[in-house]
Amino acid sequence: MYALYRKELADHVDSVRFLIILIIAFLLAGVSLYSALGGIATAGQGDASQGIAPTPFTFLQLFVQSNGTIPSLASFIALVGPIIGLLLGFDAINSEKNAGTLNRLLAQPIYRDAVINGKFLAGLTVVVIIVAGMVLIVSGVGLFRTGIPPTGEEVMRLLVFAVFSIVYIAFWLGLSILLSVVTRSAATSALLVVAVWLLFAFFISLISSGIAGALYSPDTVTGLEGAATFQQSFDRISPTILYSESVGTILDPTVRTLGITSVAQYDQLSAGVAGVLPMSQSLLLVWPHLVGMIALMLGAFAISYIVFMKQEIRGA
Amino acid sequence: MGGKKDREILIRTDGLTKVYGNTIVAVSKLNLEVRKGEIFGLLGPNGAGKTTTIRMLLGMTEPTAGKAFIGEYDCTRNPIDVKRMTGYLPDNVGFYGDMSGKENLRFTGRLNNIPEKELGEKIDSLLERVGIPDAGDQKVRTYSLGMKQRLGIADVLIKDPHIIILDEPTVGIDPEGVRQLIEIILKLSHEDGRTLLISSHQLYQMQQICDRVGIFFQGKLVACGSIEELASESGVEQGRTDILDEIYHRYFERREQ
Ligand SMILES: Nc1ncnc2c1ncn2[C@@H]1O[C@H](COP(=O)(O)OP(=O)(O)O)[C@@H](O)[C@H]1O
Ligand SMILES: [Mg+2]
Repeated sequence: MYALYRKELADHVDSVRFLIILIIAFLLAGVSLYSALGGIATAGQGDASQGIAPTPFTFLQLFVQSNGTIPSLASFIALVGPIIGLLLGFDAINSEKNAGTLNRLLAQPIYRDAVINGKFLAGLTVVVIIVAGMVLIVSGVGLFRTGIPPTGEEVMRLLVFAVFSIVYIAFWLGLSILLSVVTRSAATSALLVVAVWLLFAFFISLISSGIAGALYSPDTVTGLEGAATFQQSFDRISPTILYSESVGTILDPTVRTLGITSVAQYDQLSAGVAGVLPMSQSLLLVWPHLVGMIALMLGAFAISYIVFMKQEIRGA
Repeated sequence: MGGKKDREILIRTDGLTKVYGNTIVAVSKLNLEVRKGEIFGLLGPNGAGKTTTIRMLLGMTEPTAGKAFIGEYDCTRNPIDVKRMTGYLPDNVGFYGDMSGKENLRFTGRLNNIPEKELGEKIDSLLERVGIPDAGDQKVRTYSLGMKQRLGIADVLIKDPHIIILDEPTVGIDPEGVRQLIEIILKLSHEDGRTLLISSHQLYQMQQICDRVGIFFQGKLVACGSIEELASESGVEQGRTDILDEIYHRYFERREQ
């Protein structure tokens, strides 16, 4: 297994694709930081006049703030993470099948699952490196520019953010590998991943609002609430939604609830002096999200594993 | 060559059968024995079931019925042990084109747990042996088909297998290349004492190298034995240059009647 893992990792690191991923990651980190710094600057000035205290957790703002036109790092990862997973996995199995190398590989005294495990773990390693790299760049440059060091809690929250990001991208890696197992050509698997990405990132809310509109009457308050609740639950089959909700909560301690808040509740919440949630409470809110995302990731990987183990692999 | 008849049986199948999707009988109730040190030829037209048989021997395809053994190991139950002692060169073998010949061999060596410090020397001597000593550092994508096939043989030899299975090793190679390949293959048997199973439909070449042959047709073994045995069984005069070709056609005529 180690020999396979090592080769896969070396392949990734040597590839043009890896270079592309690095450039994407670097650009995202840089651009989002620029956006965040702009956002923090305006937030610091503008709100004081309205009597709102400057946001605490300035350091975390580096990852969620934006200047209004360019998204934050968290939103960038939600959007572009799938592409990173795709690039790392879409041709994992089918291209080796077509080249006839898989056939030769499986003639060696190794367990078949070592092949797919090695590929997944090597991809995962790259994901960890990329996420760690982006977080470190934003933290480092952000620290330098703002001069405000992170508190202990902020560091913890950032670590949790990194874990969520890794699991999120790993889901897309698993999905890409799955599609590379079940399709013949790498072009097909790449297209399918893009289709799923579009579905989960963009079309899911259109679909859910469509269904909600058909199910609930918009004329009553209960109807509206029902529609909103339905829509939110439905959207949560999307890992992109799960990820966005959870990192939003983790990186912004002022987020106190993920449910549909009634006006009364909202007043009550914002009236609270502290206004922020301790980390343990934030974690509690997004715990189910993490479990869901891990389940999706493992599910994608498990299916590819099972299909791959039973597949008949012939020469090119 | 008569002595080989008494040697231990290294490859054995027992009613080996593979049916694809309930209807396509790729291999039907195959009983086959190959003895230590033999070169055995698996002959037959495309689709006869040669590759399927080989894949079942390596535990890469599950038989529908019957059993296969290599040495003392059940091929379906102990594929890892089987693959440890058996080198397999698939038809249309593929290498990683972005890696050099040496790097490809090194990777195979690692998968076979060959100690790292032995690998370099081993790879050099194998490349020498298969006749491409200077191509080792070239990327495989630049290799010709003949070079790839030689690299394939080096790849098979890296684990120093007792048994070597070659699936259509000479397809698409020019006559001079074939002649050299045959020379290499013969040495594997005569100098190293390895056991070889070779599938092919190129009869003239097989006639030059095989101790015994099995003729496959639509998944069934229609004849099996040394070329002399099959010649007398089918009434072909001994010593003809196209003797195997003639035998082959006699059996097919018989099947088709
Ligand atoms: N995965 C598969 N699914 C269905 N049929 C197959 C599969 N693999 C091989 N076959 C069929 O099995 C038969 C034997 O094929 P094969 O063993 O490759 O023959 P050969 O190597 O002698 O040319 C052929 O009819 C082929 O179409
Ligand atoms: Mg074949």
